[in-house]
Order: sequence, then structure tokens, then C-alpha cells
Amino acid sequence: MNRSNATALTQPGVPMKVRNVSKRFGAFTALDNVSLEVAAGELVCLLGPSGCGKTTLLRCIAGLERQDNGALYLGERDVSELAPQARDYGILFQSYALFPNLTVEANIAYGLAGSNRDVVRKRVGDMLELVGLTGSEKKFPGQLSGGQQQRVALARALAPAPSLLLLDEPMSALDARVREHLCTELRQLQRSLGITTLMVTHNQDEAMLMADRIAVMNNGKVEQYATPQEIYDKPATPFVAEFVGQGNWLPFQRNSASHAQVGGMSMRLADDAGRAASGRLFCRPEAISVNPVLHQENLFPARVREITFLGNRCRMSFELNHLPGHALTAEVGSQDLPRLGAPDIFVALPPGSLQVFA
Amino acid sequence: MAAEMALPLPGKMPRKASRAELGDRIFVVGGKLLLLLLLSVAVLMPLLAIFWRGFSAEDGQGGGWVAARELVTSDNFHWLLGNSLKVSLSVAAIVVPLAYLFAYALQRTMIPGKRIWRGLSLLPLMAPSMLPGIALVYLFGNQGMLRGLISDNIYGFWGIVLGEAIYTFPHALMILLSALSLADARLFDAASSMGAGPFKAFRSITWPGTKQAVFAAFCLVFTLTITDFGVPVVVGGDYQVLALEAYKAVVGQQQFGRGALIGMVLLLPALFSFGVDAWLRRQHGDSMSGRAQVFKPVPSKVRDRCYLAIVLLICATLLLVFGMAVYSSLVKFWPYNLSLSLAHYQFNDTAGGGWLAYRNSVTMALCTALIGSAVIFTGAYLMEKTRSQKGLNLALRMLSFVPMAVPGLVLGLGYVFFFNLPGNPLHVLYGTMTLLVVCTIAHYLTTAQMTATTALRQLDGEFEAAALSLKAPLYRHYWRVTVPICLPALLDIIRYLFVSAMTTVSAAIFLYSPDTILAAVAVLNMDDAGNVGGAAAMSTLILFTSAGVSLLLAWASRGLLRRSQAWRQGAPAQ
Repeated sequence: MNRSNATALTQPGVPMKVRNVSKRFGAFTALDNVSLEVAAGELVCLLGPSGCGKTTLLRCIAGLERQDNGALYLGERDVSELAPQARDYGILFQSYALFPNLTVEANIAYGLAGSNRDVVRKRVGDMLELVGLTGSEKKFPGQLSGGQQQRVALARALAPAPSLLLLDEPMSALDARVREHLCTELRQLQRSLGITTLMVTHNQDEAMLMADRIAVMNNGKVEQYATPQEIYDKPATPFVAEFVGQGNWLPFQRNSASHAQVGGMSMRLADDAGRAASGRLFCRPEAISVNPVLHQENLFPARVREITFLGNRCRMSFELNHLPGHALTAEVGSQDLPRLGAPDIFVALPPGSLQVFA
Repeated sequence: MAAEMALPLPGKMPRKASRAELGDRIFVVGGKLLLLLLLSVAVLMPLLAIFWRGFSAEDGQGGGWVAARELVTSDNFHWLLGNSLKVSLSVAAIVVPLAYLFAYALQRTMIPGKRIWRGLSLLPLMAPSMLPGIALVYLFGNQGMLRGLISDNIYGFWGIVLGEAIYTFPHALMILLSALSLADARLFDAASSMGAGPFKAFRSITWPGTKQAVFAAFCLVFTLTITDFGVPVVVGGDYQVLALEAYKAVVGQQQFGRGALIGMVLLLPALFSFGVDAWLRRQHGDSMSGRAQVFKPVPSKVRDRCYLAIVLLICATLLLVFGMAVYSSLVKFWPYNLSLSLAHYQFNDTAGGGWLAYRNSVTMALCTALIGSAVIFTGAYLMEKTRSQKGLNLALRMLSFVPMAVPGLVLGLGYVFFFNLPGNPLHVLYGTMTLLVVCTIAHYLTTAQMTATTALRQLDGEFEAAALSLKAPLYRHYWRVTVPICLPALLDIIRYLFVSAMTTVSAAIFLYSPDTILAAVAVLNMDDAGNVGGAAAMSTLILFTSAGVSLLLAWASRGLLRRSQAWRQGAPAQ
């Protein structure tokens, strides 16, 4: 994609607000009092398993479903009751929904009806240049590759200069090889245009790669709304911890303000780890050090069960000697493999990496 | 360049959007309401009128509860009912196995010339049901060409059975063809890997997958036969059936109540089979998964030769019958002067409607095909692709299935009763071309709509959402994208409606006036008046018109597909 040109097309985005939106389908609650604010020019991902309500929320914002309660704002306008045509957004569907009987040119010009012909032609040219498909004007969607089709669909969505861009699982029809590349490109384009964007995905890698902020959804509710880093490092709920990335869970009883009893071990917790008297501790696999060279806190004997080679790193499954029968995983670099020869090892669970859930 | 990003001008947008919104509201809600009105007036009210008429005891009408009891306990009714049932069951028992073999040959074997056989097998659809009857009279009647081959003359039970068998064959065939077209090659691979022979594979894979269609075909043939009077009127002789009795009660004796009662009796098998079929369909579910691999038959000399022999035999019979009808229409004076002439085509010299009837039929068929396809396809689109007005959608969907369960004869009776109700302002329509067109559209609505729905369901479900997000009104999207993509299906609907309208007698027989007489009705009248040659000539004319239009549309469709190949081959993207 031509970035210098993309920058030239910059326009200020507008903020988008979702306030207390609910939607039921019969007995099923798809959206349960959801609120969300997206700042101007921000890219927000709705992340969650299928059936969590993320697509329903997107369709409510697009006006394709009507919410039961709540309000939607685009900039200063209350768009809650408006027809889709009156809302001013562009949308990129999973299937792209390119009209197969229209050329690339006609597809992109579809939303420009009513403008003068030269303006439309110029606009189509600009959009094709923006997505790097100049020269494909007369082709039909069926003659393009999946990635090219996606770009045409994007150009079509952006052509009428909408205030908001909605992306509905935009990458899932593409094969894994081109996916990451296109994610990056899409992100660059979005940033340079400064268009407020809401993307629905069930793929956490895509969300991590692209989003300014991620709203993790489950059972029609937003579980956590934060930056990717915060979501990963400080998951707000067990669901978020479980859904995003890998993790270990350890049942505990509180001994004191600073320590928790896990099986036969007393683990020190960080000061800000949470106040619950009992529950589960959460720890990311890569936070665990195996046979640390220097002495560390919370160092316990353990036994290796299995090591899986993953290329640049290894996944190790082990059991703490004082918590038998409870499999945990740690991630170690491949270069550390020789040090793990013996089945008996020591692992350190740094206090800062242990998070408390009631 | 920064300024150009804000185009089209923001100030212009809200007005444009609100105009699109208003237009869409008219398009969607107005369209649905219009369809609802049409279905109510053209389907629901006439049906209700039958029940009202059948159970109201007016003098000299032969209706009411007392008359109903008298009718069903009378010996004459038992005789008629017995005859009807015997004929219909025999026809179904003959036609369904033959159609199954024929369909199997076309879908699951490697016989040559499949397209020719398929085209020939559709011949009976192109002519009114009287044509096979007329041909049988020329073949096996008292002075028939092959009279010597049978001991008795053709008039009676066997005449009706043979005529109906030919008339209903393509109807059964179409159901079975589509059932046999679906086959998952993986199942057959699995069966042969487990050592199952072809017979076992048939019993465990093919038969379970098609038995529901066999049932549906059986019901359809049964219903078509029991409600048809075109064949019995020509070759029935003294062998009377119920459908003919209803026709005579209304047209001959003006006994509307009696006609309505028999109409209700004839409605029963159709309603029964419709209900059972719907129930079976729900039990059965969808047997083809998206990952199925298309079955491709492999050559097998013995099997292919056997099936080719069967197909040839059936096609030869059809050709003999239709050839005979065409030939007899050209013969000067059967059987004394066999020289050929166009004398029978001088319709102006004979009673029965003549060229006026032919012109009316073509007009009626054109109007039915063009108006009907537009209304039905747009209606199907609105039902399929708009989610608002859920109650209205449901009502429309249910109402549009009703015509499938109502035989044309019964529908026609309903029209007679409803549009003749004292005080009905729509009475002015009675006997007009408008009413004939409305009735024909209503009669063939369900099949046409199912074709439309199938085509529409193959489109990406997000097309409409994408169009709306681009601020395009739905009606523009419908015209620019949906219609062009579905044009082949639309042509198919036009063809179906045209041919059906050209050949229909069942409902139209009650609704025409001297000015709006139709060709198929003229066939019936000429035959009734003893002018069998004229009837054969008019049938031939209908046959060639229907076949000609079908070929023309098929050719147009092929050309269209070729022209749009650039975008059809790759699409749809997902």
C-alpha cells in the first residue's frame, strides 16, 4: 500500500460511544448492558469466543440489528434509532460481500452515487492507489485473490469517507501466511487515515497486533477494556486470563497479608496482588524461571513431566513436589534446554507474576 | 487532497440518506403489503369461499350439510370416488417407478445423449393434459391407427390411466431428478471399501436418501391425477371420475354447492400429502453436508445398456404420442383421407374460440410470466433478505405455501364462488383477462417462489448490509446487484410461468368469458363438440408455442451465462 499517499488523505476521526446497550434473542441474552467508548482515531478490538455478543454489538452499531435498550453515539450524533444508511460508517465483512457482477471500479463507486462522474472516477482512482491496486479497475472480484478482494472491500468501505470503520472478522477468510502481513498493513493504513475503527475478532493474535485497546467480551458483557499489554499482564477476570494467552492456576489459602499457602508451599505475593482470602493464583508460563542461575524468591523443587519443542522455545510441563498431581507449564528458551536434562528441577514463581483471583 | 477525503459533501448526506430511507420503507413495507393483499384476494378468500359455499344450503345449489350427507352416502358418489382412487393409485404406481428409473439413468449412469432424453421427457409439460388423451384416441380409439393391438377400445379406465401417466410423468421426474442429483461420493467409496455391491449400496445409501422424494412424487402424481379432468373428458367414455363431476356440476348444471363439496373432497388428498411431506422433511433434515463430494458415475457396460433401453422405450412412447397428436392435426379427414393439410388450423371456420383463443392464451401467458415473475421474485427477495416485520414475513411465507396444496380445479371453483359473491366489488373482474392472470399466478406461485428462494439463498447474506452501509437504498441494490446475479433463475421462473399459463385448463375453465377464452379451453370445447382434429391442431399449437418459448429462454440464458462468465466463474468468493 502506498503510504505517502495514505498520509495525504488524513482526516480527523470522531469518537464513538455505546451506552448501556442490551439485546436479547428470545431467551438468549446477546448483549447485557454493554458500554464502550472509542476515542477519535482509535482502533478497538472486540475479542471473545463465538456467542459472546461481539458480532451482535457490531451489528447494533451498524444498525443491522436494533438494540432493545441503550444508546449509540457517533461523534455528537445519537444514532441509536437511525437506519443503517443514515449512520455514516463503512464496514468490511468477513466474506467481503463484494458484488460479483460489478467491476472493482463499480464496487468502489457503489457508495458514491449522486456525485458527479469525474469526482467519482478520481475518488475510485485515489482509493485504489491507497490500497495498492491501481490498474484493477475493470476486473471482477472473482478474478482477484482473497487478499486483493479484501483490499477492494476496504476501498469500497472507505470511499464515501465514513466517520467510523467497522471490521467484522476481516482476516478469517485468509490463510495464515498472508494474515499477519495484512494485519500490519491494515493497521498502518488505519493509523495514517486516523479513522475511528472497531474490529470484531476471535483471534487474540490479531487483536494484540492491531488494537489500541481491546474489549474482551464474554456472555454478552465486556469483561475488560484496556490496552493489549494490560489485558495480558493484568487480566481483570479469570475469563480474560484464561482466554488471552496461556496460564497456570494454583489453588491457595491466604496465610498473611504477604503470603499464600499453595499445597505444602508458602508463596510470597506482591503488595498489589489482591486481598482475597482464598481462591486461585494465576501465573503466565514465561514468567516462571527454571533452574535460575541466581537465587530468586518463591523457589520450589519440581519434577519435569514432558518437554515439547516449539522451535525457538520449549514448553515444559511439570509438577511441584509440594503440589503433586497438578500439572503446570513453563516456557523456556531452546538454549536453556541442556540445563533441564535431569527430571528434578527448581522453579521460581516471582511474586510480581502471581495474580490473585477469588 | 485532504479536502477530498471529506467527499461526498457532509451537508448533502443526511438528505440523501433520508430519501433512501423513505424509498426503502415504501419498497419493503409496501411490497410486502401488496403481496399480502394479492395472496389474500387470490388464494385465501377463494378457499374460504369454497367452504362457505359448500356448507350453505341455498335452493338449487346442492350445498349445505344435508346435501353433503346425501352426497357422501350416495351410491353414485361411491362409484365416482372408487373410480378416482383406482385411477390415481394405478397412475402413481406406474409413473413413479418409471420416473425413478429414468431419473436414475440421467443422474447415476453414463448413458449417451442425456440432454436429448431430458428434453423429450419434458414434452408433456408443454401441452395441456388433453393432448395425451387426444393422441390416445387417434392411436387406440374406435378408428385408431393401432386399434388392432388391443381387444377393447381405449375409452375408459385404461385410457385415463395411460393419458394421466404421460401427463404426470415429467412432474414426478423433476422431483426425482433433483433428489438423485444429490449424492455424496464419499459414502459410495466407504461402502465399496467395506465390500458392498451395487445392490447393497443402493439399498443403504441411494434409497434412504431418495425415498422421501419417491413419496413426494407419488403424492404429486396422485393429486394431479385425481384433480385433472382434461384426460377423462377426452378418453373417459362412460368411466366417470370426481374431477369431471365437479366440472360438470358447476359448468353444466350451475350447482355451485355440489361443486364446492366435491372440490373439498378433492382438496383432502392434496392437503394430506402436503402435511405428511412437510412432516417427513422436518424428520429427515438435510442429508447433504457442505463437505460432500459430488458423485460422478463410472462407466459400466451392462448397466448403461439396460438403462439406455429403458430411457429409449419411454422416450419412444412419448414421441409416438406427441408425434401422433401433431400428425393427426395435419391429416385432412381421419381415417378416410390421410393426405396432409392445414385444414384443422382454419380455426375461424369452427366453433370453440379459434385464433382469438390462441391470441388470448399468448397474452395471458406473457402477462402471467412477466408480472408473475416480477411479483414473485421481488416478494421472495423481501421475505428472504429483510429482517424487519417478522410477523408479516411469517404470514407471507405461510400463505405462499398454500397454492402448492390446492389443486387448480379447487382454486378455480373458489374463484367462481368468491368473485360471484353478491356485493363483492371485485365482481367486475370476473371473466376478465386480469382475473385469469391473477389466478394463474396464484396457482403456480409456490413452485416459482421456491426457485427464487433457492437462488436468493445462494447469495452472500451480507450483500444487503454492505449496500446499506454504503448508503445505497435497498431497491437500487435489488435492481443493480440481486436481479443481475439471479437472472438465470428469473428466466427459469418466466419460462415455468409461461408454459404453465399456456397449458392450464383446471382453474381457467371456470373463469373465462367469450372474449377471454383460452387456447387450452378451446381444445376442451372443440373435443367436446366432436372436432377432435381441431382440438389436436390447437394442442399442437400450444405445444410448439411452449416448446419454442422454452428453447428461446434456454438459449437466452445460455448466452447470458456466457456473457457474464467473466464474473460468474470466480464468484462467489467464499
